[in-house]
Amino acid sequence: MNAPLLIFFVLAAMAVIGALSLIIQRHPIHSALSLIVVMIALAGLYLLMGAEFVAAVQIIVYGGAIMVLFVFVIMLLNAGVEERTNLSKLAGWAGVPLAVALTGFLAAAVARSQDAVQAATQYGAPAPTKALANLLFQDFVYPFELTSFLILVAILGAIVLAQRETR
Amino acid sequence: VNDFLAQHAEILITLVKIAILLFVVLTVNAYLTWFERKVVAHIQSRWGPHRVGPHGLLQPLADGLKFLFKEDPTPAGADKFVYYLAPLLALALALTSIAVIPFGPNPIHFKGHDIYLGITDLNIGILALFAITALGVYGVALAGWSSNSKYPLLGGLRSSAQMVSYELALTMSVVGVLLMAGKFSLRDIIDGQATAQGLFGLSGIFRWNIFAGPFPQILGFLCFFVAAVAETNRVPFDLPEAESELVAGFHTEYASFKFAMFFIAEYTSMITVSCLCSILFFGGWLSPFPSSWTLTTYLPSLLLIPFGLWVIWDGMRYETIFGKLILPAVGIVFTALGAAFLLFPAVNAFIQGPFWLLSKIFVFLFVYVWMRGTLPRFRYDQLMAFGWKLLLPVSLANVVLTASAILWSSPR
Repeated sequence: MNAPLLIFFVLAAMAVIGALSLIIQRHPIHSALSLIVVMIALAGLYLLMGAEFVAAVQIIVYGGAIMVLFVFVIMLLNAGVEERTNLSKLAGWAGVPLAVALTGFLAAAVARSQDAVQAATQYGAPAPTKALANLLFQDFVYPFELTSFLILVAILGAIVLAQRETR
Repeated sequence: VNDFLAQHAEILITLVKIAILLFVVLTVNAYLTWFERKVVAHIQSRWGPHRVGPHGLLQPLADGLKFLFKEDPTPAGADKFVYYLAPLLALALALTSIAVIPFGPNPIHFKGHDIYLGITDLNIGILALFAITALGVYGVALAGWSSNSKYPLLGGLRSSAQMVSYELALTMSVVGVLLMAGKFSLRDIIDGQATAQGLFGLSGIFRWNIFAGPFPQILGFLCFFVAAVAETNRVPFDLPEAESELVAGFHTEYASFKFAMFFIAEYTSMITVSCLCSILFFGGWLSPFPSSWTLTTYLPSLLLIPFGLWVIWDGMRYETIFGKLILPAVGIVFTALGAAFLLFPAVNAFIQGPFWLLSKIFVFLFVYVWMRGTLPRFRYDQLMAFGWKLLLPVSLANVVLTASAILWSSPR
């Protein structure tokens, strides 16, 4: 087995185990920590494919900022261990076959796109950040700016909603 | 064995470099605590540590041994896994961040390999550093949460809020430098300052990013340094461990070596921040003098030899026998180093870069300690207002001004 394939499987296993642990853990903080592991494993996969900038941003934004907020809110609310109710048991019974079906669909899709899978398991040449910047700020500048505007509106909306409650 | 060495030379060299850097950083950490206690003591008209070894020089060793042999209790009801993970995370991330810092311009040639000072040079160097810093919050936040105790929880909450708030200003204040360099690699950022357009057309110190055109990064530097001090939880931003309100903040329930790990992590981040300040704004390993001045290359010797001689002289009249033996020996090492630099021009040329970088790092570490000795702590609301209402707008303005200046001065 060659090195990139080995690294790919290690990272993929990290991501899958992290995701499973995210669901299985009963304490919110443990789930959040598992999610961080998933994020970092994904960043590693991006790095393997040569997307240095995306990998770094993945860790800074998802691994850092967003997950810190998750952890922060869980700590602030001092959320305890989740309780098992009858409904959650039902969800477990229904969820297993659904998860199996979903995995089957995904596996079928992956099996059909051999080239993409091959590319994902090999070293990619490092993509220059400049190329990414050109795409974002020249070719796709309007969609990019519109998306940021949308996010800004969403933030303002959240603030307005939070303010209304306190009044 | 030789085949194995030849095949895996890169990996082996990197492993050796990691071991050496780890040793150096941990030793510097230990003596940074000594330095800090000494300087703060002298600011407050005290002597500081002076019982263990001459001038208290063995104090870090004694402290380290004490940390190892202290009882290590785990609080009742603590989340064991996270409680053990937190200090490990803090220390590992702090030490990892040093890996991308380059310490000198020229490689050492060894058996056909060019060995650069510094573990690795990433294309995304500064981004990788920010990624590691971004994860650094978890060490503090999780330590506070997992201790199952009110003061650590409050300290952890405060510090995560503080670190998230100041991280924004920290990242924004660097954008100006990145715009001027056009690169993310720390090595390229330094090299760019060697040929930048200096203030008033002067060279040397005036080509460093803090003075260089098209837009001097003084604002950027001030924002960066303040935000970085806040990120490292040091005075005047040490609210997470405000002892009058929170006992010791997030590490209240940690004892023995787990506490030491937080301690080492904090000092290591101080070193990283000092490295970053020197590299991003103060020219890294570039000499502050124009390159046409040749006499200034003897400065390392001129500093080391008198310092070594002074240590020898001081050791001769030291009270204890131990001091009379140790201090002159240390002094002789310094003098010999200085003399070696004078005698071997090749060595002298090689150490110029590291000498200037280390001097700048030392200055910033001194500023850290100096602030600790002089400044009072911020109040929590002042801290938040300062970060969001002053630091962030100023660093944003710096980005806009720098971008406009670059656009204005660039040829159409």
